[in-house]
Amino acid sequence: MSMTEHRSTSALLYLSGVTVSFDGFKALNNLSLLVEPGEMRAIIGPNGAGKTTMMDVVTGKTRPDEGEVVFDGKADLTKLDEADIATLGIGRKFQKPTVFENHTVRDNLVLALAGLRSWYKLLLAAPTKAENARLDEILSIIRMEPQQDMLAARLSHGQKQWLEIGMLLAQDPKLLLVDEPVAGMTDVETETTAQVLREINRTHSVVVVEHDMSFVRALGVKVTVLHEGSMLAEGTLDQVSADQRVVEVYLGR
Amino acid sequence: MITRFLWQGMGPSLRVGVLFVLAIGIILPLLNQLMPASSAFYVPAWVLQLIGKYLCFASLALAVDLVWGFCGILTLGHAAFFALGGYCMGMYLMRQIGSRGQYGNPLLPDFMVFLNYKELPWFWHGFDQFWFAAIMVVLVPSVLALALGWFAFRSRVTGVYLSIITQAMTFALMLAFFRNDMGLGGNNGMTDFKDILGFSVQSDATRAALCFASALVLAIFLVIAGAVVGSRFGKALTAVRDAESRMRFLGYRVEGYKLFVFVLSAAMAGVAGALYVPQVGIINPSEFSPGNSIEAVLWVAVGGRGTLIGPIIGAFAVNFGKTYLTGALPEVWLFALGALFIAVTLFLPKGIVGLWAQVRNRGTVRKAKVPA
Repeated sequence: MSMTEHRSTSALLYLSGVTVSFDGFKALNNLSLLVEPGEMRAIIGPNGAGKTTMMDVVTGKTRPDEGEVVFDGKADLTKLDEADIATLGIGRKFQKPTVFENHTVRDNLVLALAGLRSWYKLLLAAPTKAENARLDEILSIIRMEPQQDMLAARLSHGQKQWLEIGMLLAQDPKLLLVDEPVAGMTDVETETTAQVLREINRTHSVVVVEHDMSFVRALGVKVTVLHEGSMLAEGTLDQVSADQRVVEVYLGR
Repeated sequence: MITRFLWQGMGPSLRVGVLFVLAIGIILPLLNQLMPASSAFYVPAWVLQLIGKYLCFASLALAVDLVWGFCGILTLGHAAFFALGGYCMGMYLMRQIGSRGQYGNPLLPDFMVFLNYKELPWFWHGFDQFWFAAIMVVLVPSVLALALGWFAFRSRVTGVYLSIITQAMTFALMLAFFRNDMGLGGNNGMTDFKDILGFSVQSDATRAALCFASALVLAIFLVIAGAVVGSRFGKALTAVRDAESRMRFLGYRVEGYKLFVFVLSAAMAGVAGALYVPQVGIINPSEFSPGNSIEAVLWVAVGGRGTLIGPIIGAFAVNFGKTYLTGALPEVWLFALGALFIAVTLFLPKGIVGLWAQVRNRGTVRKAKVPA
């Protein structure tokens, strides 16, 4: 397939031949990946497969040495910084929940809310009715209305993860990148998280990186397996689980 | 709109702080002016001068806290902005001396006559006007902060590296101002001031007015800082302090936030320095010495970083201790300062204000346990 063919597809996120090396170690090696609008994609792979580096490249934290990263058919993500990319509509949830611990749950969401970002406008900004309504809506989706005035530092691990998902919703991105959302969660919390993500996927495209196989199964979406910085296999979880190479590198003996 | 902006940060503790500062600035000068010297309530002029000095230090501490406490930028060079404001005021005061100097030159200050200057250097023009000097007091520190911040924040210099840069800045300025070629009095700096706005700087009435002005400025700074911190901007600011890269991924251009508070804080420090100079009667390059900036950080740490009232309390407490100890046991002061630094770091991570909050919380916990 030629590059122009890729370009003419309606892919929301398009990576082609992306290579990133750190001191000679290739964290990503000629990686190509397509995510369609409205799709939810799960990305799995053993430690060091390049999952987090891929997210870093897409969000502008890391510059690739080679390759193309195109968002929404037009924006060249290799030329933009984090703030630009976030404004374009790519939101990211980190592996370790990073919420603003000294702010209340509601204020965390206020900060994430799409719209105002420039410092001089924020000096005078007062919350609008529409914003408050949106905040209430998000609080109910992530099931955290009772905790809205609690400092984020006092939340449990699972609650922090949900708050972060709520912040992503507030950001209202076209594409959500979610890094290991259920790490450290109980089974019940994991199941709830899968529900929340499926709810979100109705209106947003989502890329989930996850280790937890039962969670990936619960999502029931197309799976991409990464290995040593490249794509190893792609398909339903059953298809990739049946792939002999995947069994060797990942599901392992 | 401006009033709404200024009122949005007005919490109860800030209101008490502002009123308290204003009360000091009104009552003490009035007692000095209205009471006879024999009265028990008479406040001598040296006390006004001392309190006026502390009030300026408190403004500097508030400026440091705004960048360090609320935005996480540990500045170790803020005394440089304070000194620059002071130098601008010093230049105005020098030009007010006129022909009353030792050499009687109507245009050139004494040190220029002494150094064989034939004419006034270009950057001294305009400083005979108070309004011009007042603008420069704000502008000079702001422009320096803007230039330094622009390059540092855009290149994402943070943490200890930024602290080192600010420290290097104040050290470089100190070395520069020591040179006679700077045209700013070199080693000796500027002193022997006579008038400010036509009033003698030595008179009790002027001292009373300067003490009041220092309190008024501190009160205004408290209101401004409160408004900035209490706004949605303030929420973003503390979020930048706690998780900078997270804010970038939310789409915030973090540099703008840092640059705004850094410049605002430098301007505040400059005004504080300008009020300080007529009260102590001298400005020289030692004001740039790195130790001064570190002391200002210590005031904030002692009082309570990240609170608005903490730096005021810290500046008063530490400087009161300094005044007392350098008088009573001069050789002990530096050891006391070092010990204080260690003690605060180990036992009072949130300063005096934090200690108070801790004690209060413990009280409520105890109370809560009683009925159970």
